[in-house]
Amino acid sequence: MDQFTLNLLVIGATFALYIGIAIWARAGSTSEFYAAGRGVHPVLNGMATGADWMSAASFISMAGIIAMASAGGYEQSAYLMGWTGGYVLLALLLAPYLRKFGKFTVPEFIGDRFYSKSARMVAVVCLIVASVTYVIGQMTGVGVAFARFLEVKSSTGLYIGATIVFAYAVLGGMKGITYTQVAQYCVLITAYTIPAIFISLNLTGNFLPQAGLFGTHTASGVALLAKLDQLVTELGFRQYTGMTTNMLNMVLFTMSLMIGTAGLPHVIVRFFTVPKVADARASAGWALVFIALLYTVAPAVGAMARLNLTTTFWPNAVNGQAFDGPAVSVEDIATNPDLNWINNWAKTGLLSFEDKNGDGFIQYYNEGNPTVKAAAEAKGWTGNELTRVNNDIMVLANPEIGKLPGWVIALVAAGGLAAALSTAAGLLLAVASAISHDVIKGAINPSISEKGELLAARISMAAAIVVATYLGLNPPGFAAQTVALAFGIAAASIFPALMMGIFSKRINNKGAVWGMLSGLIFTLVYIFIYKGWFFFPGTNQLPDNVDNWVFGISPLSIGTVGAMVNFAVAYAVSLASEEPPQEVQELIESIRVPKGAGSAPHLAMH
Amino acid sequence: MADKSSSNAYWKANIRMIQLFLVIWFVVSFGFGIILRPMLSGIAVGGTDLGFWFAQQGSILVFLVLIFVYAWRMNRLDKEHGVEE
Repeated sequence: MDQFTLNLLVIGATFALYIGIAIWARAGSTSEFYAAGRGVHPVLNGMATGADWMSAASFISMAGIIAMASAGGYEQSAYLMGWTGGYVLLALLLAPYLRKFGKFTVPEFIGDRFYSKSARMVAVVCLIVASVTYVIGQMTGVGVAFARFLEVKSSTGLYIGATIVFAYAVLGGMKGITYTQVAQYCVLITAYTIPAIFISLNLTGNFLPQAGLFGTHTASGVALLAKLDQLVTELGFRQYTGMTTNMLNMVLFTMSLMIGTAGLPHVIVRFFTVPKVADARASAGWALVFIALLYTVAPAVGAMARLNLTTTFWPNAVNGQAFDGPAVSVEDIATNPDLNWINNWAKTGLLSFEDKNGDGFIQYYNEGNPTVKAAAEAKGWTGNELTRVNNDIMVLANPEIGKLPGWVIALVAAGGLAAALSTAAGLLLAVASAISHDVIKGAINPSISEKGELLAARISMAAAIVVATYLGLNPPGFAAQTVALAFGIAAASIFPALMMGIFSKRINNKGAVWGMLSGLIFTLVYIFIYKGWFFFPGTNQLPDNVDNWVFGISPLSIGTVGAMVNFAVAYAVSLASEEPPQEVQELIESIRVPKGAGSAPHLAMH
Repeated sequence: MADKSSSNAYWKANIRMIQLFLVIWFVVSFGFGIILRPMLSGIAVGGTDLGFWFAQQGSILVFLVLIFVYAWRMNRLDKEHGVEE
């Protein structure tokens, strides 16, 4: 069977499964549509949160970023710690209390706790901007994955993906999304770990990639990371495990990712679906178990893929110094079946090589390093000849580099699609709920009936999918800035407001609104100064590099400072104005203890 | 709001626990993983040093333990103060 048929079969089977779940898990009430009837088992919710959280970026790009970053693999640990450490904050500071509050959306909590429609609307705007930025990346990811594995146009792929999400998200709301995400998690984690296990076995003899990363490279008898450090420095790249040169920025970036994770509404609402407060705490733990399964494999995939790539281009490097032997020859790439993956990926344009000096060999090294460049010129090399290696190849080409069977390649394709679709659905639900529950029921028509609100929720979801599909086809300039924008907003506006709402009785409506606005505006202005105003190219005031950043703080890391601004302004404004009214103080007392949280039947009456 | 004094004691105990757990959360990630890495560079772990291990694996494992221990301790605290569901 050829690769195309296999891809079609595996992807088709997973899609049939998602549609089957959509028909089985239709939503009959707003409680089912917004919160899956609060009847989701904490372990299943953990699994769904894992799929919700791990996007196309985590699945396809993260290991490649760790592998190929010019600052070295160590500095990218910020992603690993940041995107997992946020779950500790969720479990300790937010999830149990927001579950006890027992309503449906994040802006609804902010509106009730700060007894202010303006606070609720500021939260709605933050939610929509953060989630929409995020969803565009997922939609384009769906299109690209389809185009590569099913040989359709990227726009056709996008329409197919949007139709599938439409089926289960509009019919089933949170209920349909939750159970589809459970299935999608199983697909994506299998697809991610199988190639990683084979590569780890191959390079280190360790079955577990987590052990292989800190194990011994069998071919050379040297520790894997020591071998990698030796090779990449010989080629003129920065040491893989080398210490960061900008510690303050790495700390702030990690913190921004952590508090941004804890403040992203599509993650928080997942904890509204479990039956009890105690379940919300445990469920955050289960979510991290399922996320850690991928996040502890990713650094191993990164290091091993980088080693494989280097020894492919420098065959002598397996056992000794790279430059002591010849580079891979052009003829070998053309004829050796083991190297056929290079040609496959060169066709997609994600990888390219060029024999610049015409010696019949492809020399790969860092021509930006003056010492290595001088030595290379002495040998008659006229520049680095591996001219392009896209980060995404590190995961996508793994099965081919490891010479795994065709069904593993098909599974990786299905896994990438599962990661993108599950995150897209979760984000779209957060946006649709904010529109139907916070804007329509909360502000425009509070007397809307249960049936009317359910219909409004379905229409909002359908509209959100149409808008996301359009933006996926015509991505605006800010789509590439997901990390800066979504995490910056969540970190600087939503997380501090939620935390102060739970842990302080003194923060009042004025404090919350001014705090959120100043955190948000401070963060956005700092991002715009370096990335362009509203991301229009050429409108940035200062070049986006470390020499121009204030104290070396990158626009990606500024969310942490924005959060501090939010806390400080909220505190100062609240102290200068009146205390929150008695009923709000009682609301805070009541969310702090688990007793008395409504169970599913009671909330269905909401 | 049946028993305010009990729920105050409950809340204080909860806050103490949160503070302790957040200190551990901070030390294993920002501490051992980043700020203190140069001081720990003498401790070798699998071809690199302890700080690198904490940054790429150890901190995540500690995060997992923290959440489950917190959930377990809170369930006990809920029962002691009679505020469980």
